[in-house]
Amino acid sequence: MPDKILSPKSHHVPDRGPDLVAAPERRAAEARAAAAAGPPIAPVAVTTDLSAAGGVTVSTVAPAPAPGDAGAGGENRRRRDDLFAAAGPLLRRPGFVLAALFVAFVIVSGLVPSLFTSYKPSATSGSDKLKGPSLDHLFGTDELGRDLFSRVLHGSTLTIKATGGAVLIAIVAGLTIGVVAGFFGGWVDSVLMRIIDILLAIPMLLMALVIVTALGFGLLPIAIAVGVTITPTFARTTRAEVLRVKEQPYVEAARTGGASWGRVLLRHILPNSWGPVSVLAVLDFGTAVLVISSLSFLGFGTPPPAAEWGTLISNGRNFLITSPWLSLLPGLFVGLVVFSLNHIARTLEEIKR
Amino acid sequence: MSTDAAPDAPVADQSGGPIVELSGLSVGYRQRGRTTLAVEDVDLTIAAGETVAVVGESGSGKTTTANAVLGLLPSSGVITAGRIRIAGTDVTGAPDRVLRPFRGNVIGLVPQDPMVGLNPTMRIGGQIAEVVRRRGVDKRLVGAEVLEALERAGVDRPAVRARQYPDALSGGLRQRVLIAIAIAGHPRLIVADEPTSALDVTVQRRILDHLAGLVAETGTSLLIITHDLGVAADRADRVVVMQRGRIVEQGEPAAILLRPQEQYTRQLIAAAPALSHAGGVVPRFTDVTPAPEVLRLDGVGKDFRLPRTASGERTFRALDDVSLSVRAGQTLGLVGESGSGKTTALRIAMGLEKPTQGRVHLDGVDITDAGWSKLRPLRRRFQLVHQNPYSSLDPRFTVAQSIAEPLVSFRVGDRASRAARVRELLDQVALPAAFADRRPAELSGGQRQRVAIARALALEPELVFLDEPVSALDVSVQEQILTLLLRLQTDLGVGYLFISHDLAVVAQLAHHVAVLRAGRIVESGPAEKILTAPAEEHTRELLGAVPGQRFAADLAAAPAGAAPGTTR
Amino acid sequence: MPRYLAGRFAQALLVLWAAYTVTFIILNVLPSDPITLQLSAGGADISQLTPAQLHDLKAHYGLDDPIVVQYFHHLWGALHFDFGMSLTQNVSVGSLISDKLPSTVTLTAVAVAVMLVFGLGIAFLATYVQWGPARTLLARLPAVGVSLPQFFVGLLLIQVFSFSLTWLPATGTDGWRSLVLPSITLALPGAAMLAQLLTRSLGDTWQEPYIVTARAKGLSRWTIQVRHALRNASLPALTLLGVLVGYTVVNAVVVETVFSRNGIGQLAQQAVLGQDVPVVQAIVLIAAGLFVVVNLLVDLLYSLLDPRVARAGRAA
Repeated sequence: MPDKILSPKSHHVPDRGPDLVAAPERRAAEARAAAAAGPPIAPVAVTTDLSAAGGVTVSTVAPAPAPGDAGAGGENRRRRDDLFAAAGPLLRRPGFVLAALFVAFVIVSGLVPSLFTSYKPSATSGSDKLKGPSLDHLFGTDELGRDLFSRVLHGSTLTIKATGGAVLIAIVAGLTIGVVAGFFGGWVDSVLMRIIDILLAIPMLLMALVIVTALGFGLLPIAIAVGVTITPTFARTTRAEVLRVKEQPYVEAARTGGASWGRVLLRHILPNSWGPVSVLAVLDFGTAVLVISSLSFLGFGTPPPAAEWGTLISNGRNFLITSPWLSLLPGLFVGLVVFSLNHIARTLEEIKR
Repeated sequence: MSTDAAPDAPVADQSGGPIVELSGLSVGYRQRGRTTLAVEDVDLTIAAGETVAVVGESGSGKTTTANAVLGLLPSSGVITAGRIRIAGTDVTGAPDRVLRPFRGNVIGLVPQDPMVGLNPTMRIGGQIAEVVRRRGVDKRLVGAEVLEALERAGVDRPAVRARQYPDALSGGLRQRVLIAIAIAGHPRLIVADEPTSALDVTVQRRILDHLAGLVAETGTSLLIITHDLGVAADRADRVVVMQRGRIVEQGEPAAILLRPQEQYTRQLIAAAPALSHAGGVVPRFTDVTPAPEVLRLDGVGKDFRLPRTASGERTFRALDDVSLSVRAGQTLGLVGESGSGKTTALRIAMGLEKPTQGRVHLDGVDITDAGWSKLRPLRRRFQLVHQNPYSSLDPRFTVAQSIAEPLVSFRVGDRASRAARVRELLDQVALPAAFADRRPAELSGGQRQRVAIARALALEPELVFLDEPVSALDVSVQEQILTLLLRLQTDLGVGYLFISHDLAVVAQLAHHVAVLRAGRIVESGPAEKILTAPAEEHTRELLGAVPGQRFAADLAAAPAGAAPGTTR
Repeated sequence: MPRYLAGRFAQALLVLWAAYTVTFIILNVLPSDPITLQLSAGGADISQLTPAQLHDLKAHYGLDDPIVVQYFHHLWGALHFDFGMSLTQNVSVGSLISDKLPSTVTLTAVAVAVMLVFGLGIAFLATYVQWGPARTLLARLPAVGVSLPQFFVGLLLIQVFSFSLTWLPATGTDGWRSLVLPSITLALPGAAMLAQLLTRSLGDTWQEPYIVTARAKGLSRWTIQVRHALRNASLPALTLLGVLVGYTVVNAVVVETVFSRNGIGQLAQQAVLGQDVPVVQAIVLIAAGLFVVVNLLVDLLYSLLDPRVARAGRAA
């Protein structure tokens, strides 16, 4: 779960909201932030004002259409240029490319498992029981002779559905709560953030367990449970970002320029808050995968014969002494997925800085 | 650890040779495999007892030079050529272990920003004691030496201060503590890196004078790093002008200022008002024609609620009975130090904040209690330019989008006419039309401020509020922006309410001046009267703090140096 | 300061109450038919019951009262450490928990200690060591720890240290030897998170101007790290200590299941499987209580470490 603590620098730290749990931290964080608002030490860039001059060096943009001509074509091209400019530094990082490829593989294989394996996940084979990993069976076979690699890929389908659902819930609910709280402020903010604080006082896995107890077992309850448990941090980060952007002078400039709050929200606040929030969303996929596999490991997942990753690992425990791959290979697979997601999130964050 | 207590006294060379010798030094910063040179081929020698000032704008390499002298180049910094010698020892590229004995005891540092230069979780006394102990002082005497250092740095009640944490001290006091840290090591050279640029002008002057006095008393050398030629001229034996990593010119202040060889030096001189006007702050507008009033503040007061504290004060009076008026096509300069209430006054005048007492009139209409929607139509007539151009433009907007935003908000014109207006505005602020599609990140500070000005002018306002519009910019860029503002006023007849802490800057733009202190107007009237014949002590103090005057006064006193060629 | 502490204590109680209420609502209001859910969890086959029997059963478990009455009844009980009867096992929740608490407390206490030692140690070295490769390795290591599922780590440790090397027992609750693998497993993610957070915070602190001041004094890297950087850098990490401890404790559910340890975690797993509402409710209250206590301690520690907070606290 969590690398989220250290990500977009400060969701927890400077901004604990109007909060029951931690007033002194907030004060301290604010004190720190105020004290640290100084310039960095070593200015490196050589900047000179070439204001009036035409001979300016920066030239990333081709001689563009007439100024202000925000015609659809120009706008799209601009976006495309931005996209390429943003992708460039990413593609130069082999770690990122590998992680992205792996995640892409997991998604594709989860959606269309038959592309990567010819075995049916439920096809038993009496002669091939508990075979170790080989070229025929990449991850070996289980106690009924079923191909473990095929079962892992089919497990992906379930996990992707649950994870996608959970993150979707968190994004929709978290974004709404965060934007409403940050944007409207006042008592709305106080009430919402107090509720969030209480939810945060119950550790994530425990909250998920409570919800599963109430809703029962299976894919949908798990997705809802995990979605609800990752919503609070999402809401809090969003609120912090909205508050930060709201205080920016360019927002005030837009307001004094006569812009309505609606326009300011849509054109300035949301686009500029999205960066750290999107990083958190990627991280949350990793968190969700971990919690979902933990829940299914504990036996709260989809009933057999369908098997999520956690269920596979749990089943393999019975054969740990003789056939360790049954648990360890799917476990490693889950670890790699989460590691890749975290790595993608971190790279995105580093690039943004 | 123990190694800190017993420095292996590196002071081998007490012979009076130079303390620091940089020869042909080039330093670059490595980033993503590429090295960008920040300092190129710099020769600099500092002899014992000498005060040297390195002057340059941001990016000139002056701070890198200072770090090289201290042996404190960041890990990405690489010396690509040349040598550094400290007290006769070659330390070029030496590891931390070799450099460490020199720091503190041979070379002391007074850092740039006192607000962040002290460890917030350690008592003042402890932070000074660290340096004292490095000299190998007997444990029992450390306390006394700490107090002595504080006292010599001009800190009142040293015994009390030593037990306090930094956040209990004002900026000026913190800077004095940092000076105490520097002198507590009894160094032979003190490097002062923009030591006062974060402080108010009057505090600035007192601290610089104190530092210069200390240095002269003990025969310590001093290296001042500054962007302000006036500061350098007032105090240095030798001035070194840097630009883009290279030394452009160096010599005695009189030689540099009177007979500058380089165009860049001349530009810097022109940008230092006191130097270019032979010592005085000279108002540009001496003859002010009467004009109708656009904005009037009548007895405005503003109280802020304070968080509950032990002292019992529940409110803080930020403004008290302030009356101002801005006239059409003219500039009112509102001057004050930090905390004087000038920004609050501006925010009230703009309707961004409600006054506790008093009225605000715009064109004779009382807007004191007007809400956002009632005020909105009026917004077309008054606009704002922020202090910091780095945060006043949305990083995702192109220049054209930023400039056109007020037009879009007020639904002025269609797409084509807006585009035309943007081109016209870009031209007015002297930016090429091709800039329309750039984003703020692709622009320099001065260029951004031009865009912000263009945006403020988009709706053809009668009045533009300028909130310290040049204080975040380099001096030569400041000059360009001020010139632009003057020209726009002449061309468009727009009025300005100009806020600044710097009387020298105000003098260049203002027809009228009001001086604010602790929320009250100390003095107000025509610029000429306030700036040349101030009635109040505080105004005189502000005027006296403008750097460069001492040098100009010396020059005027010495008949040999009386060269009229200094002024433009 | 006493007044300030009293205020914090009152806030802590408020959080505790709120957490209890939130879980009560989720557990008792959310299910479509809470009565059926709970009764069937109790092993009764509802379809076989006559209405009279059903009524008696409901009365037995106190389920025939209006939900608000039930709420206050349960809350009143919880205040007296009476959490009612387990639905699946015919014993009181209180005795179930007090049976299993000691083993879990020992496990999590050891795990939290391991977490602190490793988290601090790795972060300290990652920012202190100057040899590039070691620095990079130490800085990257926690990312692996954060990503690996805990049950996978547990199974891997069992495979290596119990089955292959046969050094330590794979399961069980007795003796310190049975504590080694579970506590390391339990501590790992928390330690990794702490290490990541502190490494970053220490790195940021080394960029602060006051560190330049300290370096200019001629202090050694060790002195700067210990006297100047560590204290300032630990402040943001401290804020999250409550979260990390809570996280570590709750993961006992997974770890005790993996290592077949008899404790609160395993009890929780079984309670959820059996939808034993009173047990789940009690366990949540214990966890929230722990979170609140740790946060109170963090507050205290914070005001000791940061003079600014102490001043503000006294003023308030």
